[in-house]
Amino acid sequence: MSYPKDFLLNLYKTMVRIRNFEIMAEKLFLEGELPGFIHLYIGEEAIATGVIADLRKDDFITSTHRGHGHMIAKGANINRMMAELYGRTTGYCKGKGGSMHIADFSIGVLGANGVVGGGLPIAVGAGLGIKMKKTDQVVVAFFGDGASNTGAFHESLNFASIYKLPVIFVVENNKFASTATTKETTSIENISDRAVGYGIPGITIDGNDVITIYETAKEMIKRAREDGGPSLIEAKTYRIKGHFVGDPELYRDKKEVEEFWLNEPIRKFEKKLVEEKMLNETEKRKIWEDAQKEIEEAVTFAKESPVPNNEDALTDLFVNDSGYDY
Amino acid sequence: MREITFAEALGEAISEEMEKDPTIFTYGEDIAKQGGIFGAYKSLLGKFPERIFDTPISEEVIYGSALGAALVGMRPIVEFHFADFLFTGIQSITLQIEKIRYMTGGQGKLHLLLRGPDGISNSAAAQHSESIETIFMHTPGIKVIIPSTPYDIKGLIKTALKGDDPVICFEHKMLYKIKGLVPEEEYTIPLGVADIKKEGNDVTIVTMSHMVHESLKAAEELEKEDICAEVIDLRTLVPWDKNKVIESVKKTNHLVVAHETWKRAGWGAEITSVVQEEALDYLDAPIIRVGAKNVPMPFAPQLQDFVTPNYKDIIDAVKKVLR
Ligand SMILES: Cc1ncc(C[n+]2csc(CCOP(=O)(O)OP(=O)(O)O)c2C)c(N)n1
Repeated sequence: MSYPKDFLLNLYKTMVRIRNFEIMAEKLFLEGELPGFIHLYIGEEAIATGVIADLRKDDFITSTHRGHGHMIAKGANINRMMAELYGRTTGYCKGKGGSMHIADFSIGVLGANGVVGGGLPIAVGAGLGIKMKKTDQVVVAFFGDGASNTGAFHESLNFASIYKLPVIFVVENNKFASTATTKETTSIENISDRAVGYGIPGITIDGNDVITIYETAKEMIKRAREDGGPSLIEAKTYRIKGHFVGDPELYRDKKEVEEFWLNEPIRKFEKKLVEEKMLNETEKRKIWEDAQKEIEEAVTFAKESPVPNNEDALTDLFVNDSGYDY
Repeated sequence: MREITFAEALGEAISEEMEKDPTIFTYGEDIAKQGGIFGAYKSLLGKFPERIFDTPISEEVIYGSALGAALVGMRPIVEFHFADFLFTGIQSITLQIEKIRYMTGGQGKLHLLLRGPDGISNSAAAQHSESIETIFMHTPGIKVIIPSTPYDIKGLIKTALKGDDPVICFEHKMLYKIKGLVPEEEYTIPLGVADIKKEGNDVTIVTMSHMVHESLKAAEELEKEDICAEVIDLRTLVPWDKNKVIESVKKTNHLVVAHETWKRAGWGAEITSVVQEEALDYLDAPIIRVGAKNVPMPFAPQLQDFVTPNYKDIIDAVKKVLR
């Protein structure tokens, strides 16, 4: 790993911040503090971190129902994220969206999405807009293996390919789509093979190795920026937690989950960093403590924030009028 | 009679018909291994392993394949997972299932059933809370059933599975766990026959699904003020029991229509319009509709409560028509 220590530690920090956000979200949900559904990104942190490390601030991403990690990696404000999970007015969506609809257009996050595959056409559209405007921005669409079975996936890849749009499709293959295994719902071993059908590069990589992810993404991002067109990256990982917090997980063996814990991306990267003397115990402890403190402060911020007023439900549909009362 | 839950009654209807009819099979997302996200198929877990299976997330083909399977003689039951996701495969229903028999001059029998949850639950927000039954009343070609009790769902699902036309069934998420009396003997409920859930003389409340329970609660409160409401559960939207509604209006001379879906152009508008076309002379006051405020469903619990109609809104509406 011939990268500067700062760069490597930043990757590590981002992963640790995502992990701690998720640990807290899980705890709060189980305590009955948070309404709605929560889908955790635990064990998949390397993907958002590695890919987004090579994005610019003015690049775009689309995300999914499992979107906290993408948001944090793209530079979202943790206080506003937590406030949204609580449904408070200071949240990213003023309490109107919740976990599954977090977005910050100002930092290029075009939204989490409650509809599987829903983000892909949006990413394609952003790519189309960039192409029309002739800038060198790019778009990354994150989505799950389950989403690669939707019509939206196939239509999006073809569309992006024929117009040579600057879109990097990143499929996070975590071996499950809710209760279904990828094996039983997908006809091929590597989802990246589907790229062949659309004449774009497709590559399968270890989704738990942040450096490999970074390097692969960097190459595909460069290609897209230089008008080389779209590509499909499949990052293979494992969904360590249930589909949502509270999932009874009747569909898998707990032993399998334990095995995958041993290969989780933070521990894996940490080992490398320690081996290469880029990270010592004191630094490590500080990074974790800082992250925990940041999240705890976010919880305090969220809890102290006001709950919305009834009338707030009737705003934001259209720009200049309320839109609800006719 | 014994008490069972709404989900158990659904499971019984499906399982009894599957025993009898080998052409019935059922598929969709997350049903076979975990019994459905809201437990609709819990009582079917482990039964009919060859005939209950999970699919990829491919809605257009999940719904559309039901049509193909019906045309070759099978009776598919397709779970749509969340009513919201019907929109991701809607052409299979509105452009294919609803039209193919008519377009081909009456060829084929589309004995298929699409079923799944709709409505609000605990802050599921804008893309997981919708009730979109009105769309299937507006676009001709599919029968629409929306049961509110364990008794009704069992009888209606049985009728759907014995019939030869496409049926879509909406099951409100908050109903799966409610209990009710269901006979052990075989029975069916015909489509198009409303059920008077409570008799009354002062005002008619026409409703369906979870709002039946809100309406009954409203009626109970209104009794305290000597207002006697009649609560009519349509049970099926296509066809809907116009006669029973008009009969009731002739008796009470006042009508409120209550549904959870948006007030604007919700099915209440259709009922209202037909009643004023055919029974205006019997009405003593304008008909009032109760429905959700015309915005997508917000996430925060306070906002969800504000947007969603409940028994208090029904009480207000009743008082307004009686004023
Ligand atoms: C169109 C649509 N169908 C079904 C669902 C319900 N659902 C939510 S997440 C999910 C599984 C998604 O699997 P995948 O895309 O692999 O993402 P993962 O959850 O594994 O991250 C399903 C079926 C949905 N949200 N949208």
